Amino acid sequence: MVQVFRSRAWFRFSRNPLSVIGLAIIALVLLLAVFAPLVSPYPAHVGTFTNFGEASQAPSGKYLLGTDTIGRDILTRIIFGFRVSLALGVVVLLLAVPIGVLLGLLAGYFGGRLEAVIMRITDVFLAVPPLVLALAVLGFLQPNLFNAMMAVTVMWWPWYTRLVYNLTRSVRTEGFVTAAEVIGASKAHILFREILPNCAPSILTKMTLDMGFVILIGSSLSFLGLGVQPPTPDLGTMVADGAKYLPDQWWISVFPGLAVLFCVLGFNLLGDGLRDLLDVEV
Amino acid sequence: MTAFLSYLARRLLAALGVLFGVSILIFVLARVIPGDPARIALGPMASQEQVENLREELYLDRPLPLQYVEFVRRLAQGDLGMSLYTRREVTTDLAEFFPATLELVLAGGLIMVLLGLPLGILAAYYRNRWPDNLARVLSLLGVVTPSFVWAIFLILLLAYWVILFPVAGRLGDAFVPPPRVTGMVTVDALLAGQWATFRDAVHHMVLPAFALAMAGLGQAARLTRANMLDTYGKPYIEMARAYGIRESTIAFKYALRPAMIPTLTILGLDLAAMLGGAFLVEAVFNWPGMARYAVQAILRKDLNAIVGTTLIIAAFFLLINILVDLIVGYINPRIRFRREAR
Repeated sequence: MVQVFRSRAWFRFSRNPLSVIGLAIIALVLLLAVFAPLVSPYPAHVGTFTNFGEASQAPSGKYLLGTDTIGRDILTRIIFGFRVSLALGVVVLLLAVPIGVLLGLLAGYFGGRLEAVIMRITDVFLAVPPLVLALAVLGFLQPNLFNAMMAVTVMWWPWYTRLVYNLTRSVRTEGFVTAAEVIGASKAHILFREILPNCAPSILTKMTLDMGFVILIGSSLSFLGLGVQPPTPDLGTMVADGAKYLPDQWWISVFPGLAVLFCVLGFNLLGDGLRDLLDVEV
Repeated sequence: MTAFLSYLARRLLAALGVLFGVSILIFVLARVIPGDPARIALGPMASQEQVENLREELYLDRPLPLQYVEFVRRLAQGDLGMSLYTRREVTTDLAEFFPATLELVLAGGLIMVLLGLPLGILAAYYRNRWPDNLARVLSLLGVVTPSFVWAIFLILLLAYWVILFPVAGRLGDAFVPPPRVTGMVTVDALLAGQWATFRDAVHHMVLPAFALAMAGLGQAARLTRANMLDTYGKPYIEMARAYGIRESTIAFKYALRPAMIPTLTILGLDLAAMLGGAFLVEAVFNWPGMARYAVQAILRKDLNAIVGTTLIIAAFFLLINILVDLIVGYINPRIRFRREAR
């Protein structure tokens, strides 16, 4: 760990204040999410708890960000909402990235009919605007967190196929690939040990940026009532509930909205920093 | 001219191919999901007979390839089937709701281009001064803020706290909607010559259109800036300067035109993304577009409505792409003569 902070890469990274802020935001959100039951002021307010005596309270010393219409602490629900958002982001990327990367490698390396089939299918998925495809998939499933993850995964993998395809095409004629071919390395070796490591910086950078965008899309789905279902706290659902009580009880929707923004901002700043640092296109 | 026509024909054919692919994708999605779509649509209370009738109506009792052929045959006749929710033809529903969404998206696109491009040009001209920083902050905030959060911020600030714009809807109570021609209230009001109605409709559209445009606005400015600076570094700009050509002529005639080419392509994508964003913004502003229809269709497992909505949006997306390609082809004649390179 100490070595990381002394290394040249960290030095260059820390020269860019924006990416350090991004990293700090992510660290904060991550810690809050992991230790949610310990750090949130009212862990009991996560479920179906009600306290009508203190419903719709404006932000105060007791409830820092106010309470919702049935008296639950909004700060507590935001902290637990981060858990859902992060889980969605991680699961979607863990599913979408390997699929997308593998297809991109295959299409880019082998070319020919395989390339035509994979890239035409990718085109079709990319021809439906992002959120709309997720909505279409959810149209055939029951709305809940798991299915929202599946829907976002379905719309997300083609972007990685396209990225890795372009990268693979640009390195497949390089000397080290030809050398590996000449000495008779297996196709798997060439794909995963020669080409993939060259795509890794781009993939990692894109994943950092996408973590934010997946969280954004996930909150959009639950905002429409098609993602996480109550009483599980979710930032998008909270904004949707609060929107009914504008303008008098503005804190019910504004703070969860800011929380989504905060989270996405962190990943975006870090991703931008990585892009400059690793000098990659995504 | 012939080069241009064959370019257009090639693009249209490719788009048709993709649309065909989308129809297969949607069809497969609708059929591979576990469970009987007819049973899911009708709910557990429906009788077996009702389910059987619906299965027959949707051709669910035939083998898959036959189902698809039937689906395409009806599609070619402009028949998307009945909506199980509204009990009307899906095409009728789409004709009612899509224009409102389209109006909002076009207004958002207009804001994005009319504010984003000039801001980008200013940012390139005043590098690292305030227009540049404004573009930078706007593009970052635009990208990381969900459009429904923009919508709520704008409503609170400019409709409730400072009363500049109406909170929701398309027209004030004092106005009678103009005769329906295109379904877009602003356009219909203009066609009917009703200026007051037109102004009120625009007034209602400002906040939702801005909420929609924010994501693309800063990005458009940043992109224009980067591409302008890129062309400013080219030798032919240096030569124009050496000839003593006016700086404004250089900016608009020599630097902007090539800078527009990569920008436009991204703007097309942004405009398409607004179709997704519109679902969120409409929900906040109670805008009578596709959002409520589509969400209801999804919650009620209304197969035909979901398929129809997705198809029309994909078709619109492809149309935007073709238009963008045509404009790019007009700006940059080199592209027209190049064979589709992959």
